[in-house]
Amino acid sequence: MIRQVARQRYLIDFTLASMMRRKVKNVVLFGVYFLIVFVLASVMLFGSAIRREAALLLANAPEVTVQKLVMGRHDMISGEHLEALSAIRGVRRAEGRLWGYLFDRGNGANYTMMVPPASDTTHAVGPGEAIVGSGIDRVKTIGRNEYLFLIAPSGRFFKFTVKERLPEGSGLVAADLVLISEADYRALFDLPDGVYTDLALSIRNEKEVATILGKAAKAVPNSRFVTRSSIARTYESIFTWREGVLLALLGAAILSFAILAFDKASGLSAEERREIGILKAVGWETSDVLTSKFWEGALISLGAFLIGLIAAYAHVFFFQAGLLEPVLKGWAVLYPDFRLTPHIDPLQVTTLAFFTIVPYTAATIIPIWRAAITDPDTVMR
Amino acid sequence: MIFHPPILAILLASTLSLVTLVWASGFAARLVRKWDVASGHAGQIALEKRTYLVSTALVFVLALEAVSLILFTENAERMSVLFVGAMCAIGTLNVNAYGFPALILKVALFFGAAVWLIVNHADGLGRDYPLTRFKYGLLIALSPLVVAVAAVQFAYFYNLRADVITSCCSRVFVPNAGGLEADLSSLDPAFALGLLFGGLGVIAVLALAALRWRAGRLAYAAVSLVYFAAGISAVISVVSPYIYEQFHHHCPFCILKPEYGYIGYWLYLPLFVGTSAGLGLGALSLKRTPASLQEALPPFRRRLILTSLAGFGLFGAVALTAILRSNLIMFG
Repeated sequence: MIRQVARQRYLIDFTLASMMRRKVKNVVLFGVYFLIVFVLASVMLFGSAIRREAALLLANAPEVTVQKLVMGRHDMISGEHLEALSAIRGVRRAEGRLWGYLFDRGNGANYTMMVPPASDTTHAVGPGEAIVGSGIDRVKTIGRNEYLFLIAPSGRFFKFTVKERLPEGSGLVAADLVLISEADYRALFDLPDGVYTDLALSIRNEKEVATILGKAAKAVPNSRFVTRSSIARTYESIFTWREGVLLALLGAAILSFAILAFDKASGLSAEERREIGILKAVGWETSDVLTSKFWEGALISLGAFLIGLIAAYAHVFFFQAGLLEPVLKGWAVLYPDFRLTPHIDPLQVTTLAFFTIVPYTAATIIPIWRAAITDPDTVMR
Repeated sequence: MIFHPPILAILLASTLSLVTLVWASGFAARLVRKWDVASGHAGQIALEKRTYLVSTALVFVLALEAVSLILFTENAERMSVLFVGAMCAIGTLNVNAYGFPALILKVALFFGAAVWLIVNHADGLGRDYPLTRFKYGLLIALSPLVVAVAAVQFAYFYNLRADVITSCCSRVFVPNAGGLEADLSSLDPAFALGLLFGGLGVIAVLALAALRWRAGRLAYAAVSLVYFAAGISAVISVVSPYIYEQFHHHCPFCILKPEYGYIGYWLYLPLFVGTSAGLGLGALSLKRTPASLQEALPPFRRRLILTSLAGFGLFGAVALTAILRSNLIMFG
């Protein structure tokens, strides 16, 4: 066993020295390999981080949201249903929610306007007050007096005193958020009393959701029920699909890389051929040459893979994946500026290895074999 | 759902294996007919040179298939959030009729690949490559399996539909559900424990016999396969309820989840290693030891026996630890 390890160590030593003699060729290959790993790893790390973020956010969403439908379109729902819904056994709380979007013609941004739920005492706002998200400052001058001016869809002018700013950390959900009181909300959008955007049900036992939905559908006809798990599933599907499509598009890059690797490995220089010829003449076997060449591939692969992965990690988690953001995240004037939670997952690393190391190895097997079976007398002549 | 990244990775590996195996089988058919190591004919020399290429390519794709099995299972586990009704890999595999056949075929291919790699290694130990013809014969036998895995796996992934309502493990692994899963779940726990630990005793005795006699080695290989089945049955019937601390939860996949400390991997990996080494030992004992391997093969066989014993032993030890640490009382 120890002899075997020592033998492999000598082979690695020899291979490294041999690689150093052909620096340019190996550095070029290493560079391209690194780039491929970097791009693929960035896509995968970003995709999974954003899925994780969505899952964490949804953990606080209500189990069921009830929306009224009129001719298949979402409409305001009456608060009268709240009583019937909270009477269903298993429903802990049913409350009406008021939220919507306000388009600001001045800067082209869309604000999410919302009334904080009654149960949320930390964000309670009085009439004429507002709590704003971290992104609002970027597109709107709030000024020294902490006033926020908004123009209602009707053209009326509204003035709010900014009571508080939401912390930066909540950027993903709250960048474009403006929290105002119920009275102000109804005045801003000219809403009558007793109607809500939708109704949120919080349910004690998640396993009962299906049964409760059945009962609620009878209590509130003409409505659509959106469950938290279905939202989570949709997010998971969408982001995975986007990631997969991007990876499939990058398939062309992987293929060109495999061709490059094949080409580099087949184009043995006369010097390399002579080297192999001499090695065989002094007693190396075909399998030894194969092993040495295998180590060459493994060292390049491992190096490029690790460095590419680390660079992608830094790109995604320290530089917010600046190069990929528009494709995977989408785009808006008031887009949240958020930091993803660093996270790495073995399944992803294995998948990445399948996309990079496997094509490289597959592409180099034939050239390596051709080199290894070289007869000493033909090359040394 | 074919654009799911791990699915793309598995399909890439499977396509590569398929192409390599089909090409290698063509070569193997030629080799089995024409191989004559004593001949100095140019055709024989070319064949010998080409075996290096084929062996290297096969070592690569078969090792890839082994990793692909783990990726397949773990991916099924992770994808369960995408399907209504699925809570672990069982739900994902149940989405269409190809899921479980794909898994079973992949397990069979894993063992086939492991046996081939072991025979290939033994073949390299002799100066005249005495097992070459046998090795390539084995490869020809293995190639339909590779084709089947590639086809069924593709059918499975291609037909994954997010709108299908699937069944989770709590519906499948219950005694009154019907089918093999139900039979395994309703297996008497005492009998299953007897199989698990009594089987280890039988294995240990057979290992002693395998060190001395060829018949012992063949018996060891057969019993390895039986013990694999017994081990899986015991996990379903008795070990997993102990791990979940729930009398009625028999799922063999939920134990792979992080909330149970990935204990499933600690159980399955040694069991797979033990069985593979046992089967490899059997394949090497099908024929009498060739003259050129008289010296090199016995130490290798001993290593295989020890590896297999260690694998089964570790499996038993992990199962025992899980049972002892559990708060569930099944007996008494």
